[in-house]
Amino acid sequence: MRRELRRDFLVGLFVLAGLGCIAYLSFSVGGISNEGGTGLSLYATFDQVAGLKTRAPVEIAGVKVGQVTGIRLNDEYRARVDIEVDGSLELPFDSSAAIVTAGLLGDKYITLELGAESEYLQSGEEIAYTESAIVLERLVGKFLYNVESDEK
Amino acid sequence: MEPTDPINPVNGAAHIVLDNVSMSFNGRRVFDSLSCEFPRGKISVVLGGSGVGKSTVLRLIGGLVRPCSGRILVDGDNVCELPDRKLYSVRDKLGMMFQGGALLDSLNVFDNLAFPLRESSKLDEEEIREEVHRRLRSVGLSDVDELLPGELSGGMVKRVALARAIMRSPEILMIDEPFSGLDPVSTKMIEALLLRLNRELGITMVVVSHHVRSTLRMADWIVLMLPDGAVAGTPGDLLNSQDPCVTRFLNEDPDEALAALENPDAATEYSR
Amino acid sequence: MIHAVAYIGARTLKFISELGHITVFGFRLCVAAVTPPLRGGLLLDEIYKLGVLSLMIICISGLTVGMVLGLQGYNTLVRFGAEESLGAVVALSLIREFGPVMTALLLTGRAGSATTAEIGTMVATEQLDGLRMMSVDPIDYVVKPKALMMLLVTPLLSALFIVFGIFGGYLIGVAMMGGDSGTFIASMENSVDFVNDVAGSFLKAGLFGVLIGLVATYRGYSCEPTSAGVSAATTSTVVTTSVSILIFDYFITALWGV
Repeated sequence: MRRELRRDFLVGLFVLAGLGCIAYLSFSVGGISNEGGTGLSLYATFDQVAGLKTRAPVEIAGVKVGQVTGIRLNDEYRARVDIEVDGSLELPFDSSAAIVTAGLLGDKYITLELGAESEYLQSGEEIAYTESAIVLERLVGKFLYNVESDEK
Repeated sequence: MEPTDPINPVNGAAHIVLDNVSMSFNGRRVFDSLSCEFPRGKISVVLGGSGVGKSTVLRLIGGLVRPCSGRILVDGDNVCELPDRKLYSVRDKLGMMFQGGALLDSLNVFDNLAFPLRESSKLDEEEIREEVHRRLRSVGLSDVDELLPGELSGGMVKRVALARAIMRSPEILMIDEPFSGLDPVSTKMIEALLLRLNRELGITMVVVSHHVRSTLRMADWIVLMLPDGAVAGTPGDLLNSQDPCVTRFLNEDPDEALAALENPDAATEYSR
Repeated sequence: MIHAVAYIGARTLKFISELGHITVFGFRLCVAAVTPPLRGGLLLDEIYKLGVLSLMIICISGLTVGMVLGLQGYNTLVRFGAEESLGAVVALSLIREFGPVMTALLLTGRAGSATTAEIGTMVATEQLDGLRMMSVDPIDYVVKPKALMMLLVTPLLSALFIVFGIFGGYLIGVAMMGGDSGTFIASMENSVDFVNDVAGSFLKAGLFGVLIGLVATYRGYSCEPTSAGVSAATTSTVVTTSVSILIFDYFITALWGV
C-alpha cells in the first residue's frame, strides 16, 4: 500500500510539473492572452514596410499593446498593415503609426503616437497618419553621397 | 486399438475431438492429419518425445494457434472456425496451466490468482479473497499472497499456476508438462493434486508430458504421439500393444535411462 | 543480378506485409482504446514507468542542450551584434525542434526499448497466451495502457525538456555572458507565438508519442518467443522508431511548417 502511495504521489507530481511547463510555454512564452475576439482591429497604409513581419509587436510608449496580424499590397501598390491591439484602448482617430527599428539592426515594430481628438478609432478603421520604415541602406547611401558632394 | 476409433472404451462421450488436423509453422511441418479424442471427466495424457508437437495440441485446443487444416471440436464447438470474440466464450470453459507457469510477473501471487475472477466474475473483493485462499489451500500453499512470481520456487510456481488455472472452475483443464524441472517429491505432489482435482471435481484433464512413469500411474487414457502418427488407448491397452514403436517408447523410460547411467549392469541390459 | 533484384523484391514485400500488420495492430489498439475498462491502476503504473523514470534523463538533457544552444547562439549572434536576440534563438529552436525531437529520441531509448522488452518477455514466457486463456485480450490489458500513456507522457516530457532548456540558455546568456535578463525574456516572448510555435510543438510531441507507443508495443507483441527474439525486437524498436521520428519530423516541418 505504501509503495502505491509513493507511486501515485510521484505520478501526480510529474503530471503537475508537465502541465505547469505546458501552461508556462503557452501563456507566458507563447503569449496566449485575452486578445481573442475583444481586440481592436485597425489598419494603416505605408509606403515602405521593409522588414516588418506579421506578429511584430505594436507598442505605445514602449509598452506592447498588440501585434501585426497581416501585411499585404493594396490596390495602389502601397503596403496595407493590419494590426490588432488591446480592445480596452481608446485611441483618438488622429493617432499616428510609425514603423521603427529596435536598435540599429534589430527587428521592426510599430509604435503608435496618440492624437488629440476626442473621437476614438473603432474596430476596422484606418490609422490615417503613418510614418514609413527607414531603409538603412538608403540613408547610408544618401549620407555618403552628401559627404562626397560636400568634399567637392 | 486404432487411433481413430470413435468408440471410447473409458467413457462414451468425447469432450474434445481432433479430426484430421495438420499443423505447420513457417513451412516447417509439425504433424499431419492427427486425429484423436479426449474423454469427458477423465485424465488423458498426451505422451511423446520432444518436438512431436505435444504442446501444440494444447495450443490448438485453446485456439491460441489455428491449424492448417482439419477440425477441432471442444464441447461441440469447432474452435478453428470461431471468430476471436466467440473464442473467448469457449475459453471460459477452459483452464490452462503453462509449462513455465505464465504468471503475470508484475503482480504478486494473490493478485495473479484474483486476476481471472476480477476480470470475468462479479464477485466482490471479500469473496475473491476467500476464493483465492480456498484455491491456494487446495494446492497446499499458504502465506504466499505477497510474494512475486520471481520469488517462488519451481514447484511453487507450478502449484500457483495450477491454482490459477482452476480459478474459474473450468470444465476442461489443460496442463503443459506439469512435472518438468521438478524433483521427485514435487512430482508426486503435483500428480496427487491432479488426481484429487479430477476425482473431486470431475474436470476433464488433458496433460502433456514425456514422463512415462507418472503417466502410467495417473492416466485414464493415453494419446501417444509418435513421429508418424498417434496411437491412443487406456494404459493397459498400450502396455499390451504389439506395435513395436509403442512398446519401445514406453520402455525407453527417461527414468530408466537415468538409472542405467548410475548402474552399469542395468545399462548393458538397457542397451540390449 | 537476378539475385539482387529478387532480394529487393523480397525486402519490399516484407516491408509491405509488416506495414499491413502494424496497421491492423494499430486498428485493434484504437478499438481497445475506446472500449472500457480503462484500468486506472495500470495507467498510473505506466505513467510511472514511462514518465517519472524518464524524468531525470529528460531534465538533464534539456538543461545541457539549452546551455549548448545558449553558448553557440551567443557566439554566433555576437558576430552580428545581435546578442539581444539570444532568448528568441534558444526558445524557438527548443520549442520548434529540439524539444519534441530530442524528447522522442531519448524516450525511445529509455522507455520504448523497455516497453518492447517487457512485452517481448511476456510473449516468451507465455504470459500473453495465459491472458488469452483467461479470456483477456492482451492488446486490451497489456498494450493499451502502454501505448495510451506514451501518448500522454511525451508532450509532458517535451514541455519539461523545453523549460529546462530555456533555463539552461538563460543561465549561459544572462548569468555567464552577462546579458540582460529582461532582454532575454522579452526577445523570447516577442518572437514565440502560441499557434505557430507552441501548439505545433505539442502536436509534434504527441505524434511522436503515438509513433513510439505503436512501434514499441507492436515489436514486443509480434516478437519471436525466445531471448534472441526479444533482443532483436528491442533493437528494432530503437532503430525503427528513431529513424521514423527524424523522417516524420522533416515532413511535419516541411508540410505544416511547425
